[in-house]
Order: sequence, then structure tokens, then C-alpha cells
Amino acid sequence: MSEVLVLAQRDGDEIRRATAETVALARAFGPPALVVAGPWNDGVARSAAAAGPEKVYALSGLPDDSVSALAVAESLADLAARSVAVLLPSTREGKEVAAHLAARLESGVVTDAVRLEPDAEGRPVATQSVFAGTFTVRSRVTRGVPVVTVKPGAAEPGPATEPVVVPLAATPSPVATAVRVLDRSVRPKGDRPQLTEAEIVVSGGRGTAGDFSAVEALADALGAAVGASRAAVDSGWYPHAYQVGQTGVTVSPQVYLACGISGAIQHLAGMQTAKTIVAVNKDPEAPIMAVADFAVVGDLHAVLPKATEEIVARRR
Amino acid sequence: MRTVVLAKYVPDATADRRFDPADHTTVRDDIESRLSELDEYAVEQAVRLSEQSGGEVLVVLMGPGGAADAALRALQMGATAAVHVRDAALRGTDAAGTALVLAAAVGRAGGADLVLTGMASTDAGTGLVPAMVAHRLGLPFVGYVDELDVAGGTATGARETEAFRERFEVALPAVVAVTDHINEPRYPSFKAIMAAKKKPVEVIALTDLGIAPDEVGFAGARTAVESALRRPARSSGEVVKDDGDGGARMVAYLVDNRLI
Repeated sequence: MSEVLVLAQRDGDEIRRATAETVALARAFGPPALVVAGPWNDGVARSAAAAGPEKVYALSGLPDDSVSALAVAESLADLAARSVAVLLPSTREGKEVAAHLAARLESGVVTDAVRLEPDAEGRPVATQSVFAGTFTVRSRVTRGVPVVTVKPGAAEPGPATEPVVVPLAATPSPVATAVRVLDRSVRPKGDRPQLTEAEIVVSGGRGTAGDFSAVEALADALGAAVGASRAAVDSGWYPHAYQVGQTGVTVSPQVYLACGISGAIQHLAGMQTAKTIVAVNKDPEAPIMAVADFAVVGDLHAVLPKATEEIVARRR
Repeated sequence: MRTVVLAKYVPDATADRRFDPADHTTVRDDIESRLSELDEYAVEQAVRLSEQSGGEVLVVLMGPGGAADAALRALQMGATAAVHVRDAALRGTDAAGTALVLAAAVGRAGGADLVLTGMASTDAGTGLVPAMVAHRLGLPFVGYVDELDVAGGTATGARETEAFRERFEVALPAVVAVTDHINEPRYPSFKAIMAAKKKPVEVIALTDLGIAPDEVGFAGARTAVESALRRPARSSGEVVKDDGDGGARMVAYLVDNRLI
């Protein structure tokens, strides 16, 4: 039976939880084969096995000094052409590989799947959340090997396996090595949960006035991830990687706490599919109030520390 | 230097965006539409580069008649000329078909030293088209760029993904997709708005690009939408005013609903 290729999302030597979820999804279509790009060692091998695939392709030889998405796509093209589907992470890099790969395979691509199910013939049908989370769309690839990028939370990871490891050597074309990387800084791994994978997200906006300490303290008391609105990021108050919204990260947590965030459509696009929305805002007319399940009209610098205190007190 | 900016005409994000119930295309009639906000950053960067080192900025877009407004906006921002691909057969075109058309239009216009795009459209938002255009043109591609300079036939800049930030250089020609962190797009001055009225906009059809109708539209699409359902609108819930107990009440809400 043809395999389903899954491109792993790495965080150093760790394979991310979202990859294990996608491997579990892949089983509905065929035996999952996980592609792990980059340095291979015992730590990566353990993490790859924990993700639950039947096979692992260890892709090495990617040029370290060039932008790698095209080189990854070129390396996978032959394997992908013989697969039943290719599933990739819905990250910036994952979407780039998907675009390059589909162009080579002359396949269609569906991006940002929040679910993926087989139809009567066993072919994948994706569910997407579009137009700032106001529509649910079901779509499919109708030509070529289906290429789908999958968002975190689409399935529960399955058990660990003992996969066969097959080495794969990259042979990048001149166009794939044309973009030279002069230097690269890898984002330090924080102590907080990953924004896209967290059960609870506490975000701060303009209302923080640049002071995220109350937001961070509440997040830490809840074991939550921290996010930021575009206004906060544009003001230089919080790093770009934490921006929630249309041009940042899309999150779908159990609880989203929007603190001092007005709720522009671009922000709602990134969090409107959260199960529960809680807002803290001085302005009772702010758009976020119209979508919040619970809202406090007040200054976050007063409300959040009290909430943090209350959580700590209840835990005692 | 010759820069081509690929742009899209999209429904405004604050309008009542919806799908045609029959064929699941985005409804265009009676919906306020505009040059995709994310493409304004590409137009702005192209115009800034031309202001620094000369050269022309050609805007290429495909879309229905209303897309002329998006072309005009780009011209008001400082682009030199526009090409608008308009053809009834384009209805239902997906990312692959869009890339085919845009790449062909770039070729017909005589190519480019630099092809600039936004990181994604603000409606479908797949972000796939830029890399697919690069494939069609056989050019190197750099995505998610938030710093970009061009000198002596080489583009240098920086890009960022979830995992890392990197500085890069690439010999032109190349395709570069920029993010909303690269610049602050200008509001056109009255003078620029008047000047734009005299700038050339060429409207062309698929036959001008040598593309058969069945290579695009629904016939050429490699993806299909099976259903598009409006989600029940979120409604506002309980609102409390903070009288010193707002934090405690918020926690009580989370605990009572077993959310923490």
C-alpha cells in the first residue's frame, strides 16, 4: 500500500507534537512515512519514533547556507509522486515546501486544514476555517497527489512505533541554492508552551502600554502561552513571533484571554475559533466585547494581577 | 531596474465576506473590495526601491472589472503602469491557475529584475502563489521577507519564520514575497491621485497570454470546494465592570466552566 508522506516540524532535536498529530491523521489514508530534514542523531530518532510513523526518511545534505524549502521539495518530489498524499505543517516553511512541491508534482494544495477525513473512496477531504473564522469550508485536491498543510490540534497523537529509518540525500538544484543565507538566528526555546499548541493563550495589546508583566504573570499562573496583538508588536513591545492574527499566528485554544486588545478583524482572524474567549478592556464598546464569552470592563493592570493572585490562592 | 508587483483585488476584510452558494466562489458583487492590504507592502517596497535607484514599477493583477480599482490604488501609490488580466474564464481559478496567469503576464510584459508580492492574499490567504510563480518563471524565491535592499543586481534582506530569522542575498532576477513588517505603506497624496489618472492600465485576456480557457477557472483547478458554511456568529456573553473584583470574577468564571 502506498505511503502517506508527513513532513516533520522540528524544534532542534525534538519533533513537535503537531507532527505526531499529523502522523495519526495520516493513518486514515495509508502507512505514514515521516520525513525528518536536517541533522540526524539518537535524540531525533527517539523523537521521530515517538511521533508514531511506520517509516522515517532521514533527509540529509541540505545546504546549510541557503534557504531550504525548495531543496526539501526537490528532494521529496520522487517519493511524493508515489505517495497517496503529502501532509505538511501549516507553518511558513511548511507552506513554502507545499507550494514548491505541488508546482513540481502538478498537484493541488489545500492549506490550513483543521481536520482531514477520508471520503467514501478514501481520499482526503479537508476542513478549513476561513474569512476570519466566520466560515467553515470543506475542500479537496482534485488533481495530482493531494498536498495538504495541517494545523495543530487536528488529531490526537497515536502511540510510539519502531519505524524503519531510510536515509535520503538531498541533491539541490542551482535555483534551490541561489538564495544564500548570510546568517541565521534560531529562536530560543522559551519555558512557556508553544503558542499554536497551548490550551490557554493570554494575549496583550495596546492596553498593556508596553508593559507585558501582568500578561506574562497571568499566563505563567495558568500554564498558558503568551500572545500579542499587531499593535503591540508594531510598537516593539513584544516579539513578532508572538503576533496573533491574520499575518501572524492563528490559534485555536480552549481559552483565549484578550487583554487590552480592541479586537480588529485582523486579530479576530487569528483567534476567533477559540472555544472560549475572555476579554479585559477599558472600552465596553471594543469589538472584542462582541465575541467574548466573558468580559471585564476595566484596566488590565488592575484586573490581571488580581486574577493571578486568585489563581495562586485557589491552588493552595 | 524593472520591478513587477503581483497584486490581488479582494473583498474588504470588514465587509460581509461570503461564498456564492452555487459554485463556492467568493462573492464579488455588492461587496466593498480593494487592493489586498498585504499587497500594499509589496507596492510600497517596489516604489521605495525605484525612488532610491530609479526604474519602473509595473503592477500585474488578475480579476473581474472591479480589479481596476486595485490597479488604480497601486498607481496612486507610485507604480508606473498596470496590467489587468480580465477574462470570464478565470472564474473559479485556484492558486496553481493564478500562478500560471501571473507568470505568463510577467513574461509578456518583458520579464522583470525583481518580482515582488505580498506574503498572502487577505481573502483565500493560502500564501502559495508567490513560490508557484517563481517555479513557472524558473527564478529563485525568498518568502516572508521583512527587510529588502537592492544594489548592483543583488537583493539582500532578512526573512523570518516561526523557527528562525535569517539574512540572505540573492542575485536578481528573483521573486520575493514581503510581510507587513517591511514598511508602512503610504497614503497617496492628492497630487499622486491626480497623476495616477494618466498612468497606463492595459487590460488583457487569456488569449493575449496564450493560455487556453480550460487551463484556468474551474476546469483547470487542482482543488475544489465542496461546501462553505457560515459559522454561527459568536455572541457576547457576560460583561462585568471591574470594581476591584473583576480579576476574581474572571477566575470564578473560568473555574465554574471547568476551563482551568
